[in-house]
Amino acid sequence: MSRVRVLVGTRKGAFILTSDGKREDWNVSGPEFGGWEIYHLKGSPADPNRIYASQSSGWFGQIMQRSNDGGKTWNPVDNRLVYDGDVGTHLWYDGTPRPWEFKRIWHLEPSLTDPDTVYAGAEDAALFRTSDGGQTWEELAGLRHHDSASYWAPGAGGMCLHTILLDASHPERIYTAISAAGAFRSDDAGKTWRPINQGLKSEGIPDPNAEVGHCVHRIAMHPSRPDVLFMQKHWDVMRSDNAGESWQEVSGNLPTDFGFPIDVHAHEPETIYVVPITSDSQHFPPDGRLRVYRSRTGGNEWEALTNGLPQRDCYVNVLRDAMCVDALDPCGVYFGTSGGQVYASADAGDSWAPIVRDLPPVVSVEVQTLP
Amino acid sequence: MIRVVLPVHLRTLAQVDREVKLDVAGAATQRTVLDALEARYPMLRGTIRDHVSQQRRAFVRFFACGEDLSNELPDAPLPEAVTTGTEPYLVVGAMAGG
Repeated sequence: MSRVRVLVGTRKGAFILTSDGKREDWNVSGPEFGGWEIYHLKGSPADPNRIYASQSSGWFGQIMQRSNDGGKTWNPVDNRLVYDGDVGTHLWYDGTPRPWEFKRIWHLEPSLTDPDTVYAGAEDAALFRTSDGGQTWEELAGLRHHDSASYWAPGAGGMCLHTILLDASHPERIYTAISAAGAFRSDDAGKTWRPINQGLKSEGIPDPNAEVGHCVHRIAMHPSRPDVLFMQKHWDVMRSDNAGESWQEVSGNLPTDFGFPIDVHAHEPETIYVVPITSDSQHFPPDGRLRVYRSRTGGNEWEALTNGLPQRDCYVNVLRDAMCVDALDPCGVYFGTSGGQVYASADAGDSWAPIVRDLPPVVSVEVQTLP
Repeated sequence: MIRVVLPVHLRTLAQVDREVKLDVAGAATQRTVLDALEARYPMLRGTIRDHVSQQRRAFVRFFACGEDLSNELPDAPLPEAVTTGTEPYLVVGAMAGG
């Protein structure tokens, strides 16, 4: 029978949650790296026992960890993530130029085919890559050297590169998203980049239709239809049917279209999930009711999923990397909250139950489907 | 022989006990002690000093003999009691919440 392994990054360590294919009974192990912020852990699609973790601390900086045995043991790998060449400047909150300064790795995206190749998204925004299992890292500096980069500015969470999507059907294609610059695409393995933000409209910037400056929170893709992208923006849920060349709003009947994560059902490319959050200044669910919203039509028509989720007095947040789906049938959906709960649904969102309730604030949730 | 005391998170990272004993070639300064520490425990690179600038990270402090050496020049000689191993050189995570 298949198994699942859920990798949870929190403000104070990493946790690994495991279950069989029924996804009813869970084993919780951890914390690994107790006391450190674990922004993200992710396993290699090519070798599920190979897992990478971003470990960081305001005191001691960035550590990169690697496991070769499914998270049982870990070893630090190289943590020298240094910007390539002249660091240049971006815009600071007050509009003045400010040199790029490395703070942490937000997101790790292992290659679809090579366990030794991993992409890492940094704050301040940059894309790094290792091709030797983490022994060395290089910046794919074409992104940060884009003509628009000197005008990028941080969002409230910092100027972070938080989303990396790889396209199995176009091995040279990489998508990234940066808060608050927007979405970018490379078609040459990261050498050159261009913004793909046409159709985004953001009232919080001087030109709402600007080419860059949008606070994209998350982009999701179904591997069977890589040209269809779904985006949770600061405000607005968006969809592109042409690999990001243009976007249309699909917020439809959502109670609020502010939120952080978005994901796609493993077997139904038109079924997508979001977690509406009240507003940019009220990072909690509307009316104290934690609801995942599901669209089976690729957007616009949404249904609230509430069975098993708290429907009163709930004021947690769900961050951009804290929702994922497994590959089982029925599809499992998982998300973690700022209150330390990790919820799972083994029936594509129809019903939910907490796997664990009292972890540190959850930053990221990834799931591996294992044989 | 120089005795270096590490904060708990760096002990865990380097898999060492509270105190590390180092032989430092030449004059014992903060720079040569930290260079020797990082040479023996490469996973500590970047955690105490910035990879590029080699400046002390903002929330790391260096103490010895009841004195705060954090803002001393990195090439200044360490106190004799540290160089003889009588007193340890302390790498400290600053009190900064968390």
